[in-house]
Amino acid sequence: MKHRKMSLALWIAAVAALLAGALLAGSPGRSESVREAMRDAVLHDVNQVSLFGLKAVNPGLISAFLVTAVLLLAAALIRVLVIPRFRYMPGRFQLALEEAVGLFDGMAKNSSPHRFRFMGAYIFSAGFFVFVGTLFELLGLQAVTVHGHPITLPAPLSDVNAAIAMGTLSYLVILSGGVASNGVKGVGRTLKEFSLPISMSFRLFGALLSGLLVTELVYYYVNLSFVLPVVVGVLFTLLHALVQTYVLTMLVSMYYGEVSEPAEPKSKKKKADAKT
Amino acid sequence: MPLNIDLQQILLHWMNLAILTGGLYFLLYKPVKDFMAKREAHYRSLDEEASAKLAEAERIKAECQAKLDGADEEIRHMKAKSQQAVQKSAEEQLAQARSQAEQIVSHARMEAENSRERVLKESQRELRELAAQAAKQLAFHADPFDQFLNLAEEGDDYAQ
Repeated sequence: MKHRKMSLALWIAAVAALLAGALLAGSPGRSESVREAMRDAVLHDVNQVSLFGLKAVNPGLISAFLVTAVLLLAAALIRVLVIPRFRYMPGRFQLALEEAVGLFDGMAKNSSPHRFRFMGAYIFSAGFFVFVGTLFELLGLQAVTVHGHPITLPAPLSDVNAAIAMGTLSYLVILSGGVASNGVKGVGRTLKEFSLPISMSFRLFGALLSGLLVTELVYYYVNLSFVLPVVVGVLFTLLHALVQTYVLTMLVSMYYGEVSEPAEPKSKKKKADAKT
Repeated sequence: MPLNIDLQQILLHWMNLAILTGGLYFLLYKPVKDFMAKREAHYRSLDEEASAKLAEAERIKAECQAKLDGADEEIRHMKAKSQQAVQKSAEEQLAQARSQAEQIVSHARMEAENSRERVLKESQRELRELAAQAAKQLAFHADPFDQFLNLAEEGDDYAQ
């Protein structure tokens, strides 16, 4: 009991000392005002990162590459180490994997019962990218800008280019479903929803950007960096990662199902009725 | 471009998403789905096997029931047949007994008739002999009436 009390007192003293140290040490000075930080969080036109020395790109692209690398590495490890040991009576991890695959596969089947294989694979990867990409900002990985300043890598989709890429690619996937099922009619059906790529792109961008801006604002002031980030950073990020994943995958599968639904053949009776 | 939209970066994001989609499909989505399909097929085959066995058991049960029903019918049929045979045999024996009895009765009647005729003939013969003897004594002795009476008395004694 005494030993426990001693440990608790030491832990509290260490936390208090670190807090006092952080407050007393102060900041070395801000390299940019809050206005500049906000503007750069939206536009990424100042704090760009070099892509293998070839080109200065938005940090969101680096984040996207990192997320893809992490996901593919994890998938490769699971493929090699876990999947060969799958059993008919699944364990917890196997159950989680099957649930994840079954969730997106079921969503594709329900929304687009006529053609769902490619759709299932696409929303599986898009969903994972949005979810893991949104949570990625929690890691707070650092990168160095082309001007030599350190920055925290943001969520990939808080970059407008990534959001546009995701929105337009999703629209192309929907278009491909329409063409594969109904040919020219499918193209017509898809083109009717011409606002879809814009709405999907900017919905993602707006949702992710708003989270980023709030986080930036909170972290900008050192006094707000205690306790509050637990709520703002973790809970909000988790919540909107789930919401954005669900919204994007649901919208894509729904529109895909709509345009890939086979057209009903015109019956002779209808033609006869039309003649009379 | 407004909002720092960069076509080259959009294309790089597309490439990134294409790699991710392909990689996740081949490394995770497809193997897990294949495994789930395999397990589903396994349990479906088990279910079909169990259904087939159940159907086979039902068929065997129906066959046994039909056999049991057939056996009851056969037993009833054989019982009726044996009863008929017994009845027929009893009737035959009865008819045979009747015919034997008739034969015995007719034979007895015939014998009785023969014996009556024989006794009658014998008594007639004796009467003739007595008459002849009486006539003979009448012819050779006096008072034939007395002799006749004596002979008649002798005849009664003889008859007794």
